[in-house]
Amino acid sequence: MLRLLNIELQKIKYNKAAKIISIVYFSLICFIAFIVSIEFNFGGINFRVADQGIFNFPFIWHFNSWMAAWLKIFLAIVIVSIVANEYSYRTLKQNLIDGLSKKEFIISKVLTVVLFSIVSTVFLFIVSLTLGLIFSDYTEFSIIFSDLEYLFAYFLKLICFFSFCMFLAFWVKRSAFALGFLGLWQVIEGLIAILFQFIKVKTDVNLFDSVYNFLPLNAMSDLITEPFSRLGAVQSAANQLGENFNQNYDVQWSTVLITMGWTVLFIYGSYAILKRRDL
Amino acid sequence: MQGNAILTIRNLTKKFGSLTAVDDLSFTIEKGNVYGILGPNGSGKSTTLGIVLNVVNRTKGEFHWFDGSGTTHEALKKVGAIIEHPNFYPYMTAVQNLELVCKIKEVSSTKIEEKLEIVGLLERKNSKFSSFSLGMKQRLAIASALLNDPEILILDEPTNGLDPQGIHQIREIIKKIASEGTTILLASHLLDEVEKVCSHVVILRKGKSLYTGTVDGMNASHGFFTLKSNDLVLLQAALEGHNAFGTIKTEGDHLIAYLNEPMEASEVNKFLFNQGITLSHLVKRKESLEEQFLELTKQN
Repeated sequence: MLRLLNIELQKIKYNKAAKIISIVYFSLICFIAFIVSIEFNFGGINFRVADQGIFNFPFIWHFNSWMAAWLKIFLAIVIVSIVANEYSYRTLKQNLIDGLSKKEFIISKVLTVVLFSIVSTVFLFIVSLTLGLIFSDYTEFSIIFSDLEYLFAYFLKLICFFSFCMFLAFWVKRSAFALGFLGLWQVIEGLIAILFQFIKVKTDVNLFDSVYNFLPLNAMSDLITEPFSRLGAVQSAANQLGENFNQNYDVQWSTVLITMGWTVLFIYGSYAILKRRDL
Repeated sequence: MQGNAILTIRNLTKKFGSLTAVDDLSFTIEKGNVYGILGPNGSGKSTTLGIVLNVVNRTKGEFHWFDGSGTTHEALKKVGAIIEHPNFYPYMTAVQNLELVCKIKEVSSTKIEEKLEIVGLLERKNSKFSSFSLGMKQRLAIASALLNDPEILILDEPTNGLDPQGIHQIREIIKKIASEGTTILLASHLLDEVEKVCSHVVILRKGKSLYTGTVDGMNASHGFFTLKSNDLVLLQAALEGHNAFGTIKTEGDHLIAYLNEPMEASEVNKFLFNQGITLSHLVKRKESLEEQFLELTKQN
């Protein structure tokens, strides 16, 4: 286990592109935090995003998990390239000849996915905790450490997304095509949503609960619902307009299970492809 | 099976769609010998090596390394292999690449410098792999294959695409390794390459084994004589009268007489002299590997 991770880390350690993208990724997480804590001055009125309640515990866990999840595409590029490179450099073949089994090869990549996800989650935890301690109106211990399931959801979201990227890279063998397919798949899920909406309006058949919620990218995005409509300011504004948000903001168990299912499928799929293919 | 078998292949078959790349192939590699796998391009050499090296899936048949007790990938840690082009991470230096190989093979990285020395790359050890010439890449691949002091070194077309100097360097290295007693399996379509270093040979054509055994035992014939005298007709008649000679043919102003049984040149000379024939030319020769190879691949 440690040996496999060690092998993988050596491959990444000297890879300049992978290192730069990872650094950009982690700096961007910090950068979001930095932006929102700046005071803007609009005609004598001091305005600071951080004062609008987004950094209040425990809401900050929800808000930051949701925000930081957008940046996962950076690490996805790294994941895709470290897998696709093994094909283009033909080092996959050499690794196997040198005595790595196909199973060990997949495990070493999965370990990288897990490691990236763990590091991201821990990093997000530290950044959020720091911001919260600075800006939150409530700093009681029990409040700080409530709603931590959003961090778990974030972790799961990353693992599932990176596994998807890994699977695509194993499948199409080229970084650009794998990332292209990822974009295409997002569009396809969008088109399916439009189609289902059309069906729902026309025939009263609701395919969203039975089919759409099971699609991988949708399930990942459902893990953490958007936090904005939960903000006090937004809700009071909505109330004045007569709108009412009846959203459930909790992390749903069904969604957790669906994403876990996809993660297993992606990892197994990568293994099946590697096992069957002649190199 | 014998205790010193390194690789045993039995009835191995690989099909790519309708094409049969390896067809019911069986042979055994034993410790201490230098083997050549000979065959024209597309005869299934690389596919066979790919199968035993865990990168190509077999269709039928079996193979096992050593006594067959461990898994293939565990066995491969005791093997050194280079197939086709040298494959390394271009962004890593020679040493970093070799360190990675050590981690995969689970051997200590203390031998890296020693192996780089053998292939003459020590002074370039901190250069990136991407800056190497093809010859240097190939030599790095050999160093990498030697890191674990392998029981067997497998080389697939090691001199392909190299310039004459590069070819010479690689052959010198191979000879040096062979002289130290390492078992070598060398796949090549270059006959002189195999002839120079190999003691045993497996000849493949269209995925089938045509011959497996020692290079010397490859042809059952006992060699042939090239003879010349003033009267070729008389000479031919005399030779046909002797049991030891089989086919006799004329080639230019020479006669070529193939032997059915062992016979020394001095005996022939004496026999002919007693018949009253004096020779102006007498040479005994074994067929070269090339002639034998062409003979074998033609027959089937």
